[in-house]
Amino acid sequence: MSNDQRNFLIKGGHLADGDGRDIRISDGVITEVGENLAIGESHVVDANGCVILSGLVDLHTHLREPGREDSETVLSGAQAGVKGGYVALSAMANTSPVADTAGVVEQVFRLGQATGLLDVFPIGAVTQGIAGKVLAEIGAMAHSVARVRVFSDDGNCVSDPLVMRRALEYVKQFGGVIAQHAQEPSLTIDSQMNEGVVSALLGLKGWPAVAEEAIIARDVLLAQHVGSRLHICHLTTAGGVEIIRAAKARGIQVSAEVTPHHLLLTDELARGFDPIFKVNPPLRTQADVLALRGGLADGTIDIVATDHAPHPGESKECEWQEAAFGMLGLEHALSIISATMVETGLMTWVDVQDRMSVAPARIAGYENHGCVIEVGSPAHLTIADTNSTYRVDRDQLASKSKNTPFHGMEFKTKVVVTFFNGNVVYHDGRCA
Amino acid sequence: MKHLLSIADISREEAITILNTANELAKVSDTPMKKLPTLRGRTIVNLFAEDSTRTRISFEAAAKRLSADVINFSAKGSSVSKGESLKDTAQTLQAMGADAVIIRHGASGAPARLAACEWMSGAVINAGDGTHEHPSQALLDAFTIRKHLSHGKEDLAGLRIVIVGDILHSRVARSNVLLLTKLGARVTVVAPPTLIPYGIESWPVDVAYDFDSVIETADVIMMLRVQLERMSELFFPNAREYSRYFGLNKERLSRMAPHALVMHPGPMNRGLEITADSADSARSVILEQVTNGVSVRMAILYLLLAGDTSIEVGA
Repeated sequence: MSNDQRNFLIKGGHLADGDGRDIRISDGVITEVGENLAIGESHVVDANGCVILSGLVDLHTHLREPGREDSETVLSGAQAGVKGGYVALSAMANTSPVADTAGVVEQVFRLGQATGLLDVFPIGAVTQGIAGKVLAEIGAMAHSVARVRVFSDDGNCVSDPLVMRRALEYVKQFGGVIAQHAQEPSLTIDSQMNEGVVSALLGLKGWPAVAEEAIIARDVLLAQHVGSRLHICHLTTAGGVEIIRAAKARGIQVSAEVTPHHLLLTDELARGFDPIFKVNPPLRTQADVLALRGGLADGTIDIVATDHAPHPGESKECEWQEAAFGMLGLEHALSIISATMVETGLMTWVDVQDRMSVAPARIAGYENHGCVIEVGSPAHLTIADTNSTYRVDRDQLASKSKNTPFHGMEFKTKVVVTFFNGNVVYHDGRCA
Repeated sequence: MKHLLSIADISREEAITILNTANELAKVSDTPMKKLPTLRGRTIVNLFAEDSTRTRISFEAAAKRLSADVINFSAKGSSVSKGESLKDTAQTLQAMGADAVIIRHGASGAPARLAACEWMSGAVINAGDGTHEHPSQALLDAFTIRKHLSHGKEDLAGLRIVIVGDILHSRVARSNVLLLTKLGARVTVVAPPTLIPYGIESWPVDVAYDFDSVIETADVIMMLRVQLERMSELFFPNAREYSRYFGLNKERLSRMAPHALVMHPGPMNRGLEITADSADSARSVILEQVTNGVSVRMAILYLLLAGDTSIEVGA
């Protein structure tokens, strides 16, 4: 279907709260929400058996461009994003060159605009070269065309407490937030997987939970001291959930994210030494998985973020300790959240909409995203069939890379249509 | 059994079969010919991506006594040191028609990767991978213990075995803990807490920090090599302190039970984890471990490649 078709009527679906509603879209905006709307001139999108959510927003995406276009480009990442129901991605700064100047973030921002599929919001590096020593040109990135508000050295921890303190303070001038990759480096030298029963048996060097928890504890105290906003990337430990819960109870401005893979997979999967399951921070234990689910359900963890991390085949077709850290996430995130949180009864679709659209847009300050589905809102919508069992096939991905740990798994909920600015940017055939 | 990747994935029965087969094959070494025709025409590759003269020549001797053709592929000067991937190396060996690959590798799980992937179809034998496992070493250790202390039984039921040293980084310790307990022995590991793995509670062993408390009751004391670089990684203050509390010396040797054995997988750091008089004492079966290594490795190759368990010595 061509994108010059600007008038749509989404028929037969229900909103996150369960109410059956038809939605009319004209010229990029929601113009009517109601029951049994007349078709009129609109092009009909069949949403029978589907839930319609405010378009998904990812706060943690590795798009690899510039530098590693062999594993992903902004365009291929955007294609993977819309297939997963995303309408906004946040491009992590650990590219080559690093996104630590206005030039690089503007390049990534423009590449995102050029896709026409979704919004790409660059995340700026906290420190030059994500080396943890000297602040990057945070102001220049904030005032660039890309209007960067989220800063992160993700991949590396801002481990020096003084650098972290200064960064937290500095971004206050434009309402920014520091997204911390919480990993005490000296406790995780050459670490390969969660330190626990499985690592001890396999003889793989452990990545202890305390290396994450110690940084979170330090940083919530720093954020409290300087009155700044802190965001914790990819939380993985039960102890980390407890620290965030306590920090929020003390009124500290901290938010946290969890990835789909940490809500579903455990370190038991390392037993076969297949590095498709190698990721940083590592897969933890079932007790951690349950604590993360509980934290996401009760709002201690604010959002789901994918940490989508594409890698070329040779980076995974090797020994575990030689393999790259990271796994794909965009295309199956909603399916996994449905499986782990909705189908288990832990969350409602209203909660899912909050954790995957409303809250990430609010934390990152993405205007025009995460809006309530009502007349006048921008038409960013994710339509998912909640009873459409499918099997993940790594050979059928939109991403340029194939490093999905979910290959062969079956999920019940599947994104079928994604609207961005009132255009159909992805559909599985039902509105062709 | 198609591969020998770890003790974790062999059964007690399979282990006993290997030990019994080794027992039969040991007789070959006592004949003038020292050779069986069993693996004639089969190609076995020794892929050693990490230096290990002892294990490599032991496997080589075992393969040759079974008449296999042996190709040695060592790290130095090979494509492995030029950064060739494990996948490319494996595919090359496959293209050359290797029936089995004996692999020593610095990365834990490298043999498992070779066996699981479609890169090659031959048998994979783990000759030591990173800090994971060293199954043939554990089998030869069990063989040696059984020969001396089992009183004709097939297993090691009731024996008390003490393993002392760097448990955290030792593939020998991991394989031995799994195998010796599978065979009914009671294992105690002794080390400073820094060298005990996190999660040891899930292992079927007792843990002691005080070496002296377990000496008298041990049937076997197995000393592990301690690498000096562990000092710079803060695992213990210095070599002297390590030796004082965790080394086997004359005084500790004198308190061992009359029948008890001293073992070491080699290579030894004489003066660090074991004094010369302990290593060379009458209780030491360290050289016998080396001899038995050939028989046990013959048994492994035999069972993986010959496809039946009937052995005719001298045929």
